[in-house]
Amino acid sequence: MKLRANLAIGGGLTLLSLFVGVFGPWLAHTDPIMDANLMNAELPPSGEFWFGTDQQGRDIFSRVMYGAQISLTVGIGSQLINTAIGTTLGVTAGYWGGWWDDFVNGLTNLMLAIPSLIFALAIMAILGPGLTSLMIALGLTNWSYTCRISRAQALAIKSQGYVQAARVLGYGDMRIMFTQILPNTLGPIIVIATLGMGGSILAEAALSFLGLGVRPPSPSWGSMLSDARETITTAPWLSLFPGLAIFLTVLGLNLLGDGLRDVLDPQSRSRR
Amino acid sequence: MSASQPLLQVEDLHIALSTDAGSFPAVEGVSFEIARGETVGLVGESGCGKSITALSIMGLLKPPLGLAGGRIRLTGQEIQNLPAAELRSLRGKRIAMIFQEPMTALNPLKPVGRQIAEMFVLHQGASWREAEQKAVEALTQVKVPAPGRRAKDYPHQLSGGMRQRVMIAIALACEPDLLIADEPTTALDVTVQAEIVDLMKELCAARGTAILMISHDLGLVTDICRRVCVMYAGRIVEQQDSEQIFNHPQHPYTQGLVASLPRLGMRAQHGRRKLMEIAGVVPGITAYPGGCRFNPRCSRATEICVKVVPELEALGDGSLVRCHHHG
Repeated sequence: MKLRANLAIGGGLTLLSLFVGVFGPWLAHTDPIMDANLMNAELPPSGEFWFGTDQQGRDIFSRVMYGAQISLTVGIGSQLINTAIGTTLGVTAGYWGGWWDDFVNGLTNLMLAIPSLIFALAIMAILGPGLTSLMIALGLTNWSYTCRISRAQALAIKSQGYVQAARVLGYGDMRIMFTQILPNTLGPIIVIATLGMGGSILAEAALSFLGLGVRPPSPSWGSMLSDARETITTAPWLSLFPGLAIFLTVLGLNLLGDGLRDVLDPQSRSRR
Repeated sequence: MSASQPLLQVEDLHIALSTDAGSFPAVEGVSFEIARGETVGLVGESGCGKSITALSIMGLLKPPLGLAGGRIRLTGQEIQNLPAAELRSLRGKRIAMIFQEPMTALNPLKPVGRQIAEMFVLHQGASWREAEQKAVEALTQVKVPAPGRRAKDYPHQLSGGMRQRVMIAIALACEPDLLIADEPTTALDVTVQAEIVDLMKELCAARGTAILMISHDLGLVTDICRRVCVMYAGRIVEQQDSEQIFNHPQHPYTQGLVASLPRLGMRAQHGRRKLMEIAGVVPGITAYPGGCRFNPRCSRATEICVKVVPELEALGDGSLVRCHHHG
């Protein structure tokens, strides 16, 4: 039962945010950038402005709908890069060992030692602001956890009988890594990736706030949240709705990751 | 290739264990031959070098263990120095191996049928569809009931005996010339053990596959094998036909092994007695004694045993023994 609830709620929320991400422009009833009207500034939620308006009188509902696109693109895109780098390095390091393992370990420690946001800042400074460079910057800086975990998994799985059996039966290294080790490490990696997506959405907010992410006035949940800081006591709806959007998306992704892990494991699948 | 040429020749095999403290002989001067379709047993205690002998045949020794000398020939071709890719194509195709732990020897994420099918795809270039059909046939041959349905099962849904059958199906999928079985029945209970052993015997006999059976169970090995090599501390101490070894063990160590086997009805015949044992323990690899390595535990040991390493001595009827005072 628990398993289905995870999947249903997580899948539902994720689908909802994906739907908003894709169809946001049609759902919004005003232009998120151009429809500024200082006469309407900081209006509370009402029939006309469902989520209220911000300091410049722009409709928050429309901005949240548009913002989904940017936030989801950054979250998913950077996590794909993270996971690709992390699992490649981690699985090969754990499987091959030797100097390569030492090298990857050193690199991971280095990455963990540098605050990732500072590192992302440096990359953004080189690449310049924008959505693509934001994804690359966040994708290059947060793979160390994935790497650590997939390395540990690979180390553990390497000594399992079926990997040795595969070697004895004439499998090559690549085939062993792809067919034996990678599928068996996938559970925790999916969970880490979905958790990391939330982190990326928040990091995007931080970078946007520093002026290196999405340039205002383009709406993203993160930049809306950071704009709303000053008015959190006087007009809480400014931070409530983008915050809620981030919260529900991250929650949905986490539940989905959890549910997926259960489904991907044949043992728990047959217990159902 | 002459008809009399043995399938596998292991000649003067040396395997060294390199540590910071120096290099130690884990296997020393091991030689044996296996003819096509023959079944040979390799018996010894844990740590005597039988499993690493098998691994060296597969070319899978890993540091700190390494080949330190000797030749391994498969149908006359030396294979110990083959490049990795050629060696890999031998594995699974011409030499296959099954392990003692059927619980962990299968990938938990794949249906067993697919794991068998993978062998056909890998070594015979079959298409997946074709391979999956062959996998069901292979399951039928290892006498798995309802093979079509079982092929879709995951390893955790099968019992230990069933998994070992699947392992045998995988190992024999490409009809290898040689099957190395490393304690294939240790993890199974006795009735299942007998079934698995019979199955291996039957399938290998039908295909002309030779078996190298590695075990610590002398009874099991003599049941399945025509010839038995007994290893002690990295050396072969005795090689005999299996009928002979029970009745006329030549080496004091083998005699001790045979005498220490519990037998049904022994208590009724001889009254309540302690089970025979061989005094002492196997020496550690870093502390092998000089001369004959069995000398500290041997009741017949004399001065010569401490000083001179006994050579393998032929006893006329094809048996070999490494002892100064055999008989």
